[in-house]
Amino acid sequence: MNAPVVTARALTKMYAGVPVVDRVDVDIDGGECWGLLGPNGAGKTTFLRMLVGRTPPTSGDIQVLGHHIPRQASAMRARIGVVPQLDNLDPDFTVNENLRTYAGYFGIDHGGLRERIRELLEFAALSQKADAYLSTLSGGMLRRLSLIRALVNAPELLVLDEPTTGLDPQARQLIWQRLRKLRSEGITLILTTHYMEEAERLCDRVTIMDHGRLLDSGHPRALVRQHIEPHVIEVHGEGLQRWHEETASRLAPRHEIAGDGILYYLNDERPLLEALSGQKQFSFLHRPANLEDVFLKLTGRELRDG
Amino acid sequence: MAESGAADRIIPHRAVRWLPVWRRNLRVWSKLALPSLMGNFGEPLLYLLALGYGLGALVGRIGDMPYMFFLASGIFCSSTMMTASFEATYSAYSRMAVQKSWEAIVTTPLDVLDVVLGEVIWAATKSLFSATAILLVAWALGAVSGDFAVLAIPVALLSGFCFAAMAMVVTALARSYDFFLYYNTLGVTPMLLICGVFFPISQMPAGVQSLAWALPLTHSVALARPLITGAAPENVLLHLSVLTAYGLVALGVAATLLKRRLDA
Repeated sequence: MNAPVVTARALTKMYAGVPVVDRVDVDIDGGECWGLLGPNGAGKTTFLRMLVGRTPPTSGDIQVLGHHIPRQASAMRARIGVVPQLDNLDPDFTVNENLRTYAGYFGIDHGGLRERIRELLEFAALSQKADAYLSTLSGGMLRRLSLIRALVNAPELLVLDEPTTGLDPQARQLIWQRLRKLRSEGITLILTTHYMEEAERLCDRVTIMDHGRLLDSGHPRALVRQHIEPHVIEVHGEGLQRWHEETASRLAPRHEIAGDGILYYLNDERPLLEALSGQKQFSFLHRPANLEDVFLKLTGRELRDG
Repeated sequence: MAESGAADRIIPHRAVRWLPVWRRNLRVWSKLALPSLMGNFGEPLLYLLALGYGLGALVGRIGDMPYMFFLASGIFCSSTMMTASFEATYSAYSRMAVQKSWEAIVTTPLDVLDVVLGEVIWAATKSLFSATAILLVAWALGAVSGDFAVLAIPVALLSGFCFAAMAMVVTALARSYDFFLYYNTLGVTPMLLICGVFFPISQMPAGVQSLAWALPLTHSVALARPLITGAAPENVLLHLSVLTAYGLVALGVAATLLKRRLDA
């Protein structure tokens, strides 16, 4: 169960001489939920493409479920499920036909399939929609269909590229529940996401990636403890800069200017809260440190439009 | 839930991995089979009636062959080209670039080569449908003779395979639907006009005749026309070889280009 499911060593992918994934070492254990975080262009999707054998590494090594990739990618892909970033369901087919056709690609086409599809539809709360065409399905339903499509072959490993991007909160909650259920059944999950909250809720381990390099890796709470003081106070308001220079900078060991506000990172929040209580012109938010703070500390605040 | 499917998981054998791709397309086609079959039967019927009777009345015979016979056997071949070319360009491109159906397929045990092969064989299969429809229409109009007309059907399949593979090369290079106009104008239409579908190649200047013999449709016609009209085809091996060579080379080029395009 806990044998490594993915082992990558010095995995590198260059495009036009530029490393997009740069000497990456990864070990993912069986049964864990492993999250990959990074800004746009960090190399996440390229890493996943190498993992599923869609693009050969420029150098380095990767094994998935004991198969050497890309050489044995086909045999490996028979044992995994992939949920793509953008739904590529078949618009010519009903829900049921989508699942049957996809099962056909795995060579699954027998009596047991009907029962398997019934189970999967139930799992995704789509039983009522079995014979519906995709145009009648909501975004959340399409996403759930993509999820169960990736489960038709009873995979040992599920790879999800931004599984809840663009979904409303209800639809996300349902996907999260289902992913936790799969994890509890022992399926290894690999996911990329831009939602820190999603990573914190689902992942046993997150890895933060930028410019093709892995910056750090660990349990979400451990990463927060390791990189960020436990308290964060975000302050906004007129005259903040001056108050900061005269008062606050002495009370907080570390701060960061973000747009028109200042974030204070504190081990002891009380002196700053006390000082703020006399400053009615400021609005402030006192909150525990979270994964987003870690992410922004490691990858910086500048915009990535790449 | 994790267990129920694991035991019966079979990795499809390399040699038949294209089959689920073909079956997917067949499944879509069968939903729209009626209008599609109507096109397969209706269009050649209109051509044969209009050109066969209208033009045939002026032309009379070509050699000792009634024009209707000449035309029916020509359209039999050109339909394999038209059908396979359309399917392997516009339709295949939709599946690749718009619906992203291929992206979904290559995350299963299947890979780009399986997809290309499945698509080419599917387009050839559609050629077979339309050519068979034409043969039936021609037979109903009395424009088929001889005992070996049925042998034209495998020729249609080979011909469809050849044109599908060629069209797949164009699809591999296409960045939009407009790109296919180049191929239609510079490839498909010239072949339709100079390869002996509507009139004998011998009507044209020597240079054009040589060009026609370098094109696959001419060889498709050279095989199918005698079979359909009750004569024995000549140089069978040569014609088969040209069609096969065009098909296999194009298939290899298409597979290489698409692998590079999709698995970069």
